[in-house]
Order: sequence, then structure tokens, then C-alpha cells
Amino acid sequence: MNGFSCRPGGSCLVANMLWAVFFVAVLLTGCSSGSMMDAGDAMPAADAAPAMDAMDAGMASASAEAPADPRIGLGAGLFDAEEAIWNLSMLSTTPPAEDFLGVTNSDLAFQGDYVFQGNYNGVMIWDVSDPSMPELVKDYLCPASQSDVSVYGNLMFVSGEGTSGRLDCGTQGVDEAISADRLRGIRIFDISDIQNPEYIHNVQTCRGSHTHSVLKDPDVDDKVWIYVSGSAGVRPDAELSGCSSMAPDEDPNSALFRIEVIEVPLDAPETAAIVSSPRIFEDLVAPPTHGMSPADQRAIDEAKAAGAFVVELFGQERVLPDQFVAQFMAGFMQSRGGGDATAADSAAFREALPGMIAARFGMSDDEDEGPGRGPTQCHDITLYPEMDLAGGACEGYGLLLDISDPANPFRMDAVADSNFSYWHSATFNNDATKVLFTDEWGGGGQPKCREDDPVEWGANAHFTIEDGEMVFHSYYKLPAPQTSVENCVAHNGSLIPIPDRDVWVQSWYQGGISVIDWTDINNPTEIGFHDRGPVNADQQGNGGSWSVYWYNGLIVSSEISRGLDIFELTPSDYLTANEIAAANTVQLDYLNAQGQPMYRWPHSFALAHAYLDQMERAGSMAPERTARMRMGLERAEGMSGAEQTTMLTNMANRLDGADDRKVQLFVETLRGLSS
Amino acid sequence: MLLNPISTDDVTLIARFIPLMLLCLTVGCAATLPGGISEAPIPSDSPQTASDQDLAEMEAIFWERQREAMTRYTDAEVDFMTGMIGHHAQALIMSELAPTNGASSSIKTLSARIINAQMDEIATMQRWLENRGEPVPEVHIDGLDLMIHIPGQEHTMGQGHEHSMMPGMLTRAQLEELAVATGSEFDRLYLTYMIQHHEGAIVMVDKMFSTDGAGNDEQAFRLATDINVDQKTEIARMRKMLDAMAEDK
Repeated sequence: MNGFSCRPGGSCLVANMLWAVFFVAVLLTGCSSGSMMDAGDAMPAADAAPAMDAMDAGMASASAEAPADPRIGLGAGLFDAEEAIWNLSMLSTTPPAEDFLGVTNSDLAFQGDYVFQGNYNGVMIWDVSDPSMPELVKDYLCPASQSDVSVYGNLMFVSGEGTSGRLDCGTQGVDEAISADRLRGIRIFDISDIQNPEYIHNVQTCRGSHTHSVLKDPDVDDKVWIYVSGSAGVRPDAELSGCSSMAPDEDPNSALFRIEVIEVPLDAPETAAIVSSPRIFEDLVAPPTHGMSPADQRAIDEAKAAGAFVVELFGQERVLPDQFVAQFMAGFMQSRGGGDATAADSAAFREALPGMIAARFGMSDDEDEGPGRGPTQCHDITLYPEMDLAGGACEGYGLLLDISDPANPFRMDAVADSNFSYWHSATFNNDATKVLFTDEWGGGGQPKCREDDPVEWGANAHFTIEDGEMVFHSYYKLPAPQTSVENCVAHNGSLIPIPDRDVWVQSWYQGGISVIDWTDINNPTEIGFHDRGPVNADQQGNGGSWSVYWYNGLIVSSEISRGLDIFELTPSDYLTANEIAAANTVQLDYLNAQGQPMYRWPHSFALAHAYLDQMERAGSMAPERTARMRMGLERAEGMSGAEQTTMLTNMANRLDGADDRKVQLFVETLRGLSS
Repeated sequence: MLLNPISTDDVTLIARFIPLMLLCLTVGCAATLPGGISEAPIPSDSPQTASDQDLAEMEAIFWERQREAMTRYTDAEVDFMTGMIGHHAQALIMSELAPTNGASSSIKTLSARIINAQMDEIATMQRWLENRGEPVPEVHIDGLDLMIHIPGQEHTMGQGHEHSMMPGMLTRAQLEELAVATGSEFDRLYLTYMIQHHEGAIVMVDKMFSTDGAGNDEQAFRLATDINVDQKTEIARMRKMLDAMAEDK
């Protein structure tokens, strides 16, 4: 019995860490086992390159010896840092407008050919119709942290949270603790004339606006709603009347334990106001942990089947390593008068082991935290209006909300996770069968991707959504360790519309950006990246990617110090040219990543080829068959009119009735192309 | 730049059990890539849209602004940073007891994360003061003893002196009580005292923000806000853990 071997994808690390805790506990409670070295030897060996094995669905032949990650050891610099890039191509990098240099760039929004880039000094509007040469259309100076920005129609919304934001957009800050000049909340601009945004209104809120999310209900065209999340302190009543930081049972109007919903009438945005303050956290009772990942459970089952000793420890089943079995066995035999163990002794030992473990550790199962008060606020809420769903990242919880009544969202489910410090944001996959949450451990200003920082801390957690409940599967953390002068933790990102796969691109501050395939939710895998060396070699500076989003074929990143970076995907073993081309057929009129759009793929030859590529990669069909379909598709592509229609229809007819889902998608595309 | 960090011995002391807990994790952190990757680090030849000359000027402006941003602070922020370094240091002392006092796994996870987070924040606060030319407190931890040395100040602050006057700080008696507690009694006391300690930090944040002029320094605003929200989140988590312990009895 050699313990269990790790499953790829990193979930084994959870077990590893718990084992480490166990070993420490054993050492400290007087077990006279060997040194830590022994413990280390018994430790399940993690795969050197989990990402490689995760691709074993025939996607790529991984080389036996993976080279060192090129992101390690990159030279520092502001505009001349060393860079590493993989499966992406950088189209341009553009420094901020002069008034915004040296001030934090923040979130992004998109409309038409324009990119709206927030900055603690205001908003920059870029024309990216030529992505290799973005053109500054407007630098609107109006300081407020964090200047989280969204657009809808003729309107632009900007968050103000910091105490130095002013109603008059002045740059001098606000010196008084209580001031009528202070803006904390949502600023509203009319951008009908893109070169001259007009500041038309603001909605002040008690906690300011750290982030906000614009909700466009597909069935309502005359208004939008804004969900405001504010994580800073409550303003004094003397500054904004009605603001109270008392507990809700002391003051029903408390600004705590609620979010704010602003209604914006599109024909009279200057009348926008708060319409509700839903207390979506009330009576929140959720488990603090989500139990074992499937990979961990499989490992336990396999170990059991192999006859290993499995014990329940700290509320979870664990395989007992050899030397501990030997120790407990020795103690057990001693209590039975010594001698060599017989088969009967073994059976009795197996029976007695749980009791011995419990006695040794004197454990009570304190991982099941009881009910208590919920969070006071959310950090960010990602709305998915077409699914009537929202994912709320709210302090110690991830929430699933029903938003079918936009002004009155209600909580469907909540999860907590003892590895998660601070739930930051959510992203759904396109059909909303999965959701991932990020943990902004350390708040984004700390270097949480060092080699020794646990891979479950400051990471992403992936859940399936089953009957309105979230079920945990795995974690993902940037696989390249960063230095202690680089602030790094999981941050913002968005889905890339690779058809029939769940791929997204994500910011990791000075860890750079990472393209991640989480189609197999138990084995999220990195398939592309870009990273720079630190902004400052001598001490931790503020920099890196705040947000990176896919928008109409471009991958646009807001670099906190360096400006605006624009990339595109390049074909690789993990992503074909056809899949990228099919993704790029998805065209959005606008994008606010926290109001997640549903991607729809027009029927195209690229899409059909992409499905064929995926069948080939998965090896789900005989190569001769896919080759035949490819040949037919290429012939049809060269045809036109009735001839092409007939060709495509015949191909589809021949494949009708296939039970392979990918073939069905392919057939659907053929029929779409032929009509 | 040298940053007057916690002295090396203390770091070793504080961190001594972290490698034990996280030993195996480094295996998972092995820096390797999916197959097929060939790129080596490339010098910056990325498609920069600005000219070299413009970039040089912009870089000069950038660092000038960074320097300028360090001039808009008040005494309230200096007091906050200076005090919070000592405040955080006591959380390290408390958390360091967890592995030796038979804490449960959930308390061990919590305390390891508090150590990791607060050590980083201490470094951030020291850097904040250093960058503004303010005296940087040095932290010395010896068992339960905490000594804060502030250059230019004749006396050294220790437990039982100024620092124990900060909101939420444990008294010597409370620390000693925690130090001798074991198992579930340690868990209960650790949670109780860490909630007290965190609540004190929130009082300190509120005090800073209620002072005229404070919060205009972006880094101070951000750090204080992060401390506020992180510790409030952690208080909620610890209350639940404490409630659960009470129910188990």
C-alpha cells in the first residue's frame, strides 16, 4: 500500500495539505514516528505537470520533460519589462493618457469600436477599430476610486468609492471627514457625443460604489437597473442623510447586510434613483466547506478498494499512510499482548482504528459551522439576465441569485469555502450549468502567488449548478509562481466564445493574464498566457492586469500602470484556427462583463470546421470519418447557391440520428448553412 | 531598498511551521508547463504604440506622480500604519500558538492564513512609511513578548505599554491564558480573542477615516479598506465557528 496517487488537476493538493496538517498534528501530539522526511516520503506525489495530464483526452501529446515556465525570472521595468507569451499574440500596448499616468487603471467596458477604461483619475475612451493602434478619443478627468465603468446606449456609469471623490470632479480631494462636496456612489454620463461626455447625474449611496453591474432585462427596453456593491465604510448620516451603520435589528434602515438597486429610466436618466435595497443575505446558513472534490473522492474509493486503511479525520475521509498504520498497529498489538498480527488481529484493528484516531486527536467535528450572521455586502455581482441568474461574490460567501424580478433579487443558494478568504467575482459558463468564483485574497495589493502560497488560496473555485444548487469541483490558481514584489491573486475575466467549450481569460494582476479551459470542470487547464516582469524590481509596486475581457475577437487587458494591452488568440494544440475563427463570428454591440451576455454562434463554415476539429481532438470518431466530413465540408465551401445547399443537406442527412452530441451540433450547423 | 522588515530571526520563528503545513504544496507549485511550449522570456519587443522618446518622458512622469502621491497623507494615516504594525504583530503571536497548542484543522488553516495575510500587510505598512520618510517600526517577537522599536524614539514599546492600549489588543494575562490553553479550549479562546483583536482593528480603521484629510492617500485608503473588509469577513467566519463549537457541547 503506497497511499494514493494524485489525480491531475490539483485537487489532490487539498488532500495533501490536510495530510500535512495531520502530520503536524501527529508530531505534536506525541507520536514518535520518524522525521518530517518520512512524512514527506509518504506524501502522495503530485504530478509534476498536472496541466499535461489534464489534456489526456487526446488533445495534445505532452512532452515528457516540461521546460521551466518562462514567466519565472522576467526582468523588471515599467515600459521595458521582459515578457513571456504563449498561444497569444500581442497586437498593441498603449500607455495611458498623460493625466492618467502613474494613477491606477481599473475596469473596462466596450461599445462598438470603443473601449472605456476606468482609472482612479477618471475614464479614458479608446477607439480600437485598428487594434494595433488604439486612438484616444477622450480622457475625462474626474477622480474617484475605483472608477468601475459600464455603458448602455447613450449612458456611461462610473463607480466612486474612495473618500477623495468630488461632485465637481475636482482633483484636489476632500479634506473634511464630513463634506457636502464628496461623491461616493454612481456617476451617470451622457455619451451621445463620444468626444464630449456630459456628466448628467449621480446617485449617492451610503457605502459608495466599489463595483456595480448593469442589468438589462431582455424583456424591458425602457430602463436598466444597476446593482451597487460597496465594500468601504458607511458614510456618516451628517454627510448623507439616512446612512446608518448600526445592526439591522437596531436600525431597520441599516446600510449593512444589503445591496442597492438603482433604476435608470432610459428616457430620463437624470431621475435615476435607488428603488430597493434587497437584504439577500438574511438567514444565510451555508456550510463553510464544500467537501471533497470528485478526484479526491475517487482516490479514496480506489485506496479503499486496494485495501488501504481509510479513516475519518477532521470531517473527511483520508487514507492513512503506511508508517501511521504501523504505529497504530504496534500500539494495538501491544494492547493485545504483543506478537505477530494474525488475520483476526488485522480485522479487529480495522474495526478499532476510527476509535483510536478519535482518541488520539480528541477531535470534534468543528468544520460544520452553524448558522450565524451573513455578509454585510457583496464585492461584485455578475448578472446573467438571459438566464435570470446572478452570481454574487459576497465577503465570505458565493451566492446564486434569481433576478427574474430585477428590483427584487432573491437568493437561491449560497456556498462558503474554508479556503476562500474573500469572494470577489463570479462568471458563468455560457449555458449557466457552471459557475466559477474568484477569491481576491489580500485585496489585490499583496503578492499571493509566491511559490509557498497555497494553490487553494487566492484561486478560482469551480461549481456545477444542479437544480439551483452549487456543487464544488475544483480550484485553479495561476501555475507560474510570481515574486514577492508582484501583487498577484485571482481577478477579473470573461468567457471566450469557443463553441461548445468553456474557455475564459483572466487577470492575475502582476501574474499577467491566463487563458483557461474549464470544460472539464475537474481539471481546469491553462492554455495560454502573457506575463511581464515586475513594475519595480526593488519593492512591490502596483501594476499588472486589472481586467481582461474578450470582445469581438480581441482580448483587451487594462494594465494598472502600463495602459491598454490588446491581444488575439493564436492557434495551438489546445485551440485550432477554426475554433478561434468561430469564436470571432460572435459579435457584440457592447459588453459590460458583469452583465454577462449569452453567446450565440451564427452558422458558419468556421463553426462546422471547429466542431470537426473538436471531434478529431477528442478522438471520438474514426479519423477516416472526420476526414470524409472535412472533405465534404471543404467541397461545399467552394460551391454556391442550390448546389451548395444540396451538398450540405445531403451531408446532414447522412449524419442524422447520430447520438454523439458533437455530431448533432455539426449537423445543426450544416442545416443552418444550407438554409 | 531595505525595508526594515521583521528581523530575520523572527520571520524564521513565525514562519517555522508554515513550511511544515505547506510542505507538500510546493510540489504542486512546480513550475512546469503543458507540452509544446517553446517560448523563452523575450525582451520587450511588444508592439508599443508610443515612441521610445515619448515612453522615456512618460516613465519620468509616472515615477514623479508616484512620488507625488506619497505627499498627500496626514498624521492620522501615519498613526494608523505605525499602530497597525504592532497590532498585526500581536495577531502573529496568537496565531503562532495554533500548531503547538493542538488547534483543530480549521483553526490551523485560519491561523496560517492570518499569519500569511498580516505578515504581508506589515511589510506593506512598513513600505508605506519608508516611502514617505516616516520612522518605520521594527517588530521583534520573542515567544509572547512583542517589542516594537521605532527609530528616533528613545523607548521601545512592548506589551503592557502603549500597544496594549490599542483597541482590541490582548492583555498580557489574556495572551498567557491563550498560550497555556490546548485543544478545543485553545480553539475557543483563539476565536474569542481574535474576534476581539480584529474588532479593534476595525475601530482603528474607523478612527482613521473619521479624521479630516485622511483617506486622500490612495494606498492608505485601499489598505485600510482592505483590512476593514477582510477582518469583518473573518469576524463573521470566526463567529460562526464559535457558534458551532457552542452547539457541539
